Formats: sequence, C-alpha cells, structure tokens
Amino acid sequence: MGLDIRTPIGAMFLALGVLLVGYGMMTNGAEMYARSGNYNINLTWGAVLVVFGATMLFLGRRGRAKPPGGRPSDR
Amino acid sequence: MDQGIQLGGIDYLILIVYFAFVLGIGVALRRYQKTSEDFFLSGRSIPAWVAGLAFLSANLGAQEVIGMAASGAKYGIATSHFYWVGAIPAMVFVGVFMMPFYYGSRARSVPEYLKLRFDEKTRAFNAISFATMTVFSSGISMYALAKLFQVLLGWNFNLSIWISALIVLVYIYLGGLTSAIYNEVLQFFLIVLGFAPLVWLGMRDVGGWSGLVSRLEKVATGQGYAPGAWTDSWAHLHSPQANPMGVEWFGMIMGLGFVLSFGYWCTDFLVVQRAMAAESMAAARRTPLIAAVPKMLFPFLVIFPGMIAIALTYQGGAGFALPKMADGTYDYTMAIPMMLGHYFPPGILGLGLTALMASFMSGMAGNVTAFNTVFTYDIYQSYLKKDGSDAHYLWMGRMTTVVGILLSVATAYLASRFNNIMDFLQLVFAFVNAPLFATFLLGMFWKRATGHGAFFGLLLGTAAATVHHGLTLPFGADAGIKGGWLLAAQPLHGYPSEMAQNFWTAIWAFGVCFAATILISVTTRQRQSDEALKGLVYSLTPRATDESVPWWKTPGGFGVLVIAMVVALNAIFW
Repeated sequence: MGLDIRTPIGAMFLALGVLLVGYGMMTNGAEMYARSGNYNINLTWGAVLVVFGATMLFLGRRGRAKPPGGRPSDR
Repeated sequence: MDQGIQLGGIDYLILIVYFAFVLGIGVALRRYQKTSEDFFLSGRSIPAWVAGLAFLSANLGAQEVIGMAASGAKYGIATSHFYWVGAIPAMVFVGVFMMPFYYGSRARSVPEYLKLRFDEKTRAFNAISFATMTVFSSGISMYALAKLFQVLLGWNFNLSIWISALIVLVYIYLGGLTSAIYNEVLQFFLIVLGFAPLVWLGMRDVGGWSGLVSRLEKVATGQGYAPGAWTDSWAHLHSPQANPMGVEWFGMIMGLGFVLSFGYWCTDFLVVQRAMAAESMAAARRTPLIAAVPKMLFPFLVIFPGMIAIALTYQGGAGFALPKMADGTYDYTMAIPMMLGHYFPPGILGLGLTALMASFMSGMAGNVTAFNTVFTYDIYQSYLKKDGSDAHYLWMGRMTTVVGILLSVATAYLASRFNNIMDFLQLVFAFVNAPLFATFLLGMFWKRATGHGAFFGLLLGTAAATVHHGLTLPFGADAGIKGGWLLAAQPLHGYPSEMAQNFWTAIWAFGVCFAATILISVTTRQRQSDEALKGLVYSLTPRATDESVPWWKTPGGFGVLVIAMVVALNAIFW
C-alpha cells in the first residue's frame, strides 16, 4: 500500500505533543496541577509524544526512501 | 462526588486533531481501492507488525478498556487471567498451528474456510450468526460510547451516536480494510500513550506496587477474603469461595484458558481477518505472535487503574470514590473514566478521553469491516448473486458498509430502549460461539471429520450450552436470563458466580460438539477427496520449513519465547 502508516502516526503525535508542551508551558505552576500530584504532566508527557512522533516520522520517511519491493519481511 | 468532567478548549482541540487524522487516512487510502480484494483484504499487502497491532487493536474495544478496569476493581490482579491464560496461549496457537490453513487455503474469510473444508451448510450457519453478531457488537459499542459521554461530559446522546457512526463510515467507505487496519494501529498507540500517564500518576500517588498491595489488603479483608486476594493471581484459586471471582483453577484453565479463549482468538473472523490481510504466509503467522507481546503488557495499562480506583475508594478521604448504583453496589465500569477525571488536568485529559474514544471506534470499525466482508463474500456472492463482476462486489462492499453502520445505529437505539434484549442476544451468541473451536480443531487436524459431523456437532454443542445454562444458576440469582429457566422448581446445580457458570457452559458446549462431531463423522461418508483437502488439513499439507531463519524468528521459536514470557509474568504475580 502506497502510504506508510508511520508517517501519519508520527505527524499526529508530533502535533499532539507540541500542543501539550505549549499548553503545559502556558499553564506552568497553575492550580490545576494539584490533580496530578503538583506535577506538570502536560509538559512531560507532551515531550514524550514529541519524541515518539518524531521517531515515527523519521522511520516512515526512511522506509519510503528504500526502493519498492525490497521489504525485509518478505521471505 | 460529581461524575461530570469539564473539558477545556485544549481538550477539544486534541479530539479534533485525532478526528482529522482518522478521516485523513481514509481519504489518503481511497485511490488504492481498485479491486474487491483491496477493499476486503487490503490486497494482502500489510506488513506483519502493522497486521499484528491491528489484530490486537480490533479486539481492544470499549469492553476491553472499560470492562477490564472494572474487573480490576472488582477482582484485582486475578483479572490478568483474561490475558496471561485467556489470550496469549491461544494467540500463539493460531499463529503457529492454524494460520497455515487460513492463509494457505486462500479463503477470504473464516466462513469461507468452513465451506472449503466442510460444506455449504456449515458455512451458512457460521456466516449468518457471525454477521448478525458483528452488527450487534458494533451497535452495543456505539451505545456504550454515547451513554458514557452523556454521563461524563453531558454530551448529547444522539449527536455522539451519529458523529461516531459517520466518522467510522467515512473512513471505511473510502479506504476499506486498509483504512480500518491503519486506524487501528493509530488507535493502538493512542490508547497506550493516553493511558500510560494515568497508570504512572496513579501508581505514584498510591506509593508504587508495594503501596498498592498494602492498600488493597483492606479491600480484600473488608469483603471477607485473605489479605492478598486482590494482588495474587493464582494463590486463591484453590476454592471458588477464596477469591472474589468465585472460580476454581480447573474451570478457569479449561473454560477460559482453553474453550473460550481458543474459540475467540482462533475462529473469530474479526481478528483473523487482520492476519489474512498480511503480505505473506510468514507475515500472517507472525501477526498473532507480534500482537501477543503488547497484549501481555496490557494488564498493567487497563487493570491497574481499576485496582487503584478501588484502593482509593476503600481508603476514604483520598478525594476519590467510585459511584454507587441503585442497588448499593459500586459502579465498577466508571473506574477508568473517573480516574481520568481525578488525575488528569486539562490538556492531558483531552488525550485520555481521545484514547477512550479511540478504543470505542477501533472496536466498532473492526466489527464493520468483518461484517461487510462476510456479508458480501459469504452471503451475497454465495447465495444472492454469484456471477457479478469484481467491480460490482467492490460496490456492494461499500453499500454493505453503509447498511452495516445503519444497522449498528439501530441496534444502539434498541439497546438504549431495551437493555434486556441485549443481554439476551449476547447470551445467544455465547451459545453459538462456545462450541466453534471444537469444529475448527477437528477440521484442521483430523482429515476424517465430515461436513455433516461439523454442522450437527455445532448445533448439538450450541444446544448443550443452552441446556446447561437452563439447568444451572449462580448463587443468589433469580431464574431467567441468568439461567435456571428449564426447571420450574430448583436449578440442577448452583455456581458460586456467574463467571464460573459461563466457564462451565463453554466447557460443556465444547465437549458435546467435539464428541458429536467425531461420532457423526465416523458414521457418515467423507465426500471430499484427500486432494481437495490439501492445504486445509494438517496431515495433507506439506510443511514449509525455512532453514535460513534463526530459530527464534520462526513462528515456533517466537511462540516459545512468548509462552516463556507469559509463564514468567504468571509466576511474578502468583
């Protein structure tokens, strides 16, 4: 199939990660973090999503760069 | 405590980003849908890891996330038996032993395999019952979603139903099975990454595993069990009275671990379809094995939040308590949604609720894609219009998708009016499903099994399940939908719990179907030649061995590694 699924997955988590990091920065120290044990979970988890999304995007792009028909799982 | 959760703009933004990507995948895949095989089987082109995650995710419906967390609160870590006993061994079995026949026979669906191996009537029985079941499951999923979001967020019930139906419709209509599979992979990551921070924050709050163990002692002793009843998985299974599930080890291993689990993972087209779409035989056999690895880690993701929820409820003063239902018992199904509201501030709350939404949609989409394939190939092409062009069946597949979704919506509304009808239907499907694994086991591994044997074996197995249910009753339940309806006075046998009754219903159904299929097969003529059964039965199919791969990469070797891991997990939480 012509679409490598890692690309949209990577793009979506990158977008969600950026949203959470941005929101976490804006709300840093806010009262609402009492819920998560006075911990800015948006900032931390947003960063995790950014790393995950970027990795998936990278893998998806690298997969597309390979010549078609050369799938290593084909035996 | 108020069950309502207030969402902020950021939370809606996250939900909208998710919807945009889900629909975008459908639009992007539209131009690849040229033949019916593209639409129903992804042109058999899916890489093993993608098929594997979809195999897992298609089953990861609402029942899984909400239900397993509820069981975690109600029964504790023993809920892990649904994974470490009731799923992984069957997933290894289907990959190592059964996939060569499903994939190798070139059947396009599980009912079609039955047609090739046995006969037309066995296929028709399976196709019709399966197609009906998928529509109802998808409708129930939709109803549960709309109901939950109504209670939790105050969303309009009708709007939730129609929007979720429309989104699933659009992406399947455009991109077929590939779209469903790709979205299932996306949803898999979303569910993992959405619930992982919940477990992390929760465990941090209760003081890690040791803190959770000490808090759950109070839950166990408060209900009259040994202190470890919520945190040991096997230690209290010697007697049904010693554990909150009310089951003993034999019924659990045979009923859940063997009959129910193998019956589901090895014969249900909803999951098997994902493996059939894989790009090669090797990929198809690895599909369930790859799925087994994350599957065995899911208890930490979905059972732990339930255990934390009940621990906080009993502790009191923690600012969290599960709501009670009208009869005074806890509403365990609210464990996950309420934990999200308790620990997640806006922002990540949007991610958590989107993950919950994703779990509903992946379950719904799985059912719809299985329905459109079985209906188009096994009912429409087989009995209604045999000689259509491929383009016609592709068109029919899209129409069936629309009809399937509309029927699901109708079912969702039916469920909202008559809850008892749904309980009744689920019971009937359980009766029909329980004996299936005996038919497949004999079909694949005993070449003498005949079509008459398979068909009447299935009917008798279903009848045995029905009769067993009618003669027995869980303690404390009233005769009726819970069982015991066959005898006016006293049920023949009482079970300590509904779960124990279910396990034994399955054991009886399997046993009767197995014995009846053998008896009828030896007394009827095998109409199919050995040549016709080649590729369908173990003893008549040449074994493909690949010497060039290291042992742990072969399905057998990979399977052994998976089993070793799951044995270790059982030992750790013994």
